[in-house]
Amino acid sequence: MVIFSVYVVNKAGGLIYQYDNYVPRAEAEKTFSYPLDLVLKHHDEKVVVSFGQRDGIRVGHAVLSINGVDVMGKNTAEGKDILEYLKDATNYPVSIRFGRARLSSNEKLMLASMFHSLFAIGSQLSPEVGSSGIEMLETDVFKLHCFQTLTGIKFIVLADPRQSGIDALLRKIYEIYSDFALKNPFYSLEMPIRCELFDQNLKSSLEVAEKAGNFGAGS
Amino acid sequence: MRIIQQEEKMTVHNLYIFDRNGNCLYYNEWNRKKQAGISKEEEYKLMYGMLFSIRSFVSKMSPLDMKDGFLSFQTSKYRLHYYETPTGLKFVMNTDLSVSNARETLQHIYSNLYVEYIVKNPVCVLGNTLDSELFSSRLDAFIRALPYYSPRAA
Repeated sequence: MVIFSVYVVNKAGGLIYQYDNYVPRAEAEKTFSYPLDLVLKHHDEKVVVSFGQRDGIRVGHAVLSINGVDVMGKNTAEGKDILEYLKDATNYPVSIRFGRARLSSNEKLMLASMFHSLFAIGSQLSPEVGSSGIEMLETDVFKLHCFQTLTGIKFIVLADPRQSGIDALLRKIYEIYSDFALKNPFYSLEMPIRCELFDQNLKSSLEVAEKAGNFGAGS
Repeated sequence: MRIIQQEEKMTVHNLYIFDRNGNCLYYNEWNRKKQAGISKEEEYKLMYGMLFSIRSFVSKMSPLDMKDGFLSFQTSKYRLHYYETPTGLKFVMNTDLSVSNARETLQHIYSNLYVEYIVKNPVCVLGNTLDSELFSSRLDAFIRALPYYSPRAA
């Protein structure tokens, strides 16, 4: 029962705050001999598995490190292209670590803006009059909750599907935002939030919400 | 009085069926109060585009590997349920908020209605819009027979 992350989006759709509370990283490291029986391909500046899923290595997992050294995008730490490196039989046996690729801050910015638009489309395609945008999006692995304030700021929380009390948590985050970001004289509206007290209070309210959620008595 | 209000809350608004290329194969509505304000063709494209983007968004945002992927979303007034078959056929149903899980309903529509009356029909060409009378009438009867469907007073 966890809360994975919190995003705050301003009214133009730009990400102004992001916090990862719990990032489960399922990674698998294995030693391979030539030839490699996984099919790898370039995708978005990363090398990902496209075929050959096995042993905890799934399609879509990215190459995270080779022989213990973290890779840099499409190249190894020394700057060699990974796919070329792995085609060369003299480099084997090689130990590669695969896992879900971490989101870069650019990707998080793009995803936040994407959600901002999807939120609006959800309202436009509504079969009922007076619908809001997407307030809760459910998948089998996580639930995304969104609260839009009257001023257009969206507070987005990604949590475990069974976690309860997220509505109260969203209101609490709004309260923390108005107390420690808006009342901060050095904070400009719609800009990225860099207020220490906001971070501290957000972290402690997430802890409280996770504990309360475990008892299942949340609102 | 209160009982009527309770019934008014449970309903199915509409249903879309898309193929894997984004063409809308079927659409029907039962209790839709508000049109989107754009032509039907544009609405289908917008709906498909929204779902495609949501699926891409969810696969990137997800903290863990997913099995079924995106299931549904809800707003203050309605809930959209999504089911995709392994062949890329997409079933989308908008209901009111009281329906929490329509996945089995959509799976039933696929296996007992779509497969039976469209796939097994030698006259129906897969990829064309579904114009089988039998399919439409059986689907309509099925939706109206759902426990959470109740026609609202006009």
